[in-house]
Amino acid sequence: MPPLLQVAGISKRFGGLVAVRDLSLEMARGEVLGLIGPNGAGKTTAFNLLSGFLTPDRGEVRFDGHPLAGLKPHAICGLGLARTFQIVRPFPHLSVLDNVRVGALGRRPQMAEAREKARAVIDRVGLGAKTDHAAAGLTLADRKRLELARALATEPTLLLLDEVMAGLNPTETAAIVGLIQRINEDGVSILLIEHNMRAVMTLSHRIAVLNFGEKIVEGPPAAVANHPRVIEAYLGEEYVHAPAC
Amino acid sequence: MKWLAAAALVVLLLLPAVLNSYVVTVFIFIFFYAFLGQAWNIVGGYAGQLSAGHAAFVGIGAYTSAVLSVQAGLTPWIGMLVGGLLSAVLGTVVGYLGFRFGLRGFYFVLLTVAFAEVCRIVALNTDAVGGALGYYITFTGNTWQFQFQDNRVYYYVALGLMLIATGIVAAIERRRFGAYLIAIREDESACEALGVNTFRYKMLAMIVSSFLTGVGGTFYAFYLFSLQPGAVFGIPLSVEIIIRPIVGGAGTVMGPILGSFILSPLAEVSRIYFGQGGWAGAHLIAYGLLLIAVVLFLPQGAYPALRRLWARAAR
Repeated sequence: MPPLLQVAGISKRFGGLVAVRDLSLEMARGEVLGLIGPNGAGKTTAFNLLSGFLTPDRGEVRFDGHPLAGLKPHAICGLGLARTFQIVRPFPHLSVLDNVRVGALGRRPQMAEAREKARAVIDRVGLGAKTDHAAAGLTLADRKRLELARALATEPTLLLLDEVMAGLNPTETAAIVGLIQRINEDGVSILLIEHNMRAVMTLSHRIAVLNFGEKIVEGPPAAVANHPRVIEAYLGEEYVHAPAC
Repeated sequence: MKWLAAAALVVLLLLPAVLNSYVVTVFIFIFFYAFLGQAWNIVGGYAGQLSAGHAAFVGIGAYTSAVLSVQAGLTPWIGMLVGGLLSAVLGTVVGYLGFRFGLRGFYFVLLTVAFAEVCRIVALNTDAVGGALGYYITFTGNTWQFQFQDNRVYYYVALGLMLIATGIVAAIERRRFGAYLIAIREDESACEALGVNTFRYKMLAMIVSSFLTGVGGTFYAFYLFSLQPGAVFGIPLSVEIIIRPIVGGAGTVMGPILGSFILSPLAEVSRIYFGQGGWAGAHLIAYGLLLIAVVLFLPQGAYPALRRLWARAAR
């Protein structure tokens, strides 16, 4: 069986800026891979390249053995690779239920069946009490849950989560961490962009660090956190040899 | 709600027995524009792709069935389907260009207007269809040729068209197709991320919409018996098509009907009164004012506002 996700040397250039340079990644089934890096490191661009919203200039992405070259986002989603957006984009005038149902309809074309699936997913992410609320009126924390619920409703095998914890308070963050863990325990692999270090260290089996579009380090969370190149990327060179305070 | 609709239908079926021919004509236009508005509603209201060139489809449908009837004796009952199909072909071309190359908002509006204008200019310069003089159908009163002595037959045909289109829209709304169109209107990229082939569904909406509008062209041709390129392909007709669903509530099943019941009589009354006073064209001012009022006070249209009132009254 091929690895779930194989990224082989993808690059993306916007004019003079190389947003992602020669990025290679591999993910096993059931794995949680954290993708971290300072702002502007190319994490979201990498997500867009994987999910079909951008086309790599070079390199290849294979999902479950399928090459993704030339596939539109909806087709990639159909293969089982779903994503959330960093800046959440709910359908504002639709209810939570109708929002999530759009995701469910892909695999369950009957409206009633899709509605059942949507309800189950909504309960799962803890939005059950707000099923009939309009998405526009939700708090940020609930919108993040909604974003997650919609992606889950497409029944993915790999879920790309782009900063689902940004802007949440510690209690909300802890709840989402628990939720993501449970989703992973059900067999969904997760690729996670996250700035919240505690969350990403808790969740990830492995972590890859991007800086200026390049992967600089990859490994288990503890090793990555103390790696000199990571400290350099985040804090600057002078902190690499500074005594711990 | 169901009972209300059933009662309204019975009233509409019985009305011609008591109305004079002029009022019947007013109703015919209410139904006909509600039908066109309903057809536009699929792509413009539900999918949120603002076509401002739907007159092109009316014109193609009208010219097709008229020419086939006059030149080849083909019954417009079949000609209306041929006209619908040709309109759907044009709809496919416009949709493909617009959706494949990602024209959104105003750019899509411009594209659709441009195609309608091209159609108008082609018709204007094609002598085989009468050019600038227009194309005329001689009235024979032959039912097989979609010509009726009795105005009330047109009433029932127009009512039937409106009900069929409304049934189609209601069916779309209840299915995945409709749910996807609404989601596309809300946020296209989010739809793609959720596995929705937005291109395919926008194309489907455009094709169904242009087909239905093309079918309406036949009614136009065989009710008025004369086709003028400026009237049948012109921007004013496109505006007439759009404005009813917008006033009534775009993206709702009842919106185009409600909008037509508000606007068509208003157009008729203001045309008569302003026309007699030597103020021909002033009805457009009334339209403009009404549109401003709707955008300001009922941005979702009259039907959603009415529903809210209804819900409040029921409580």
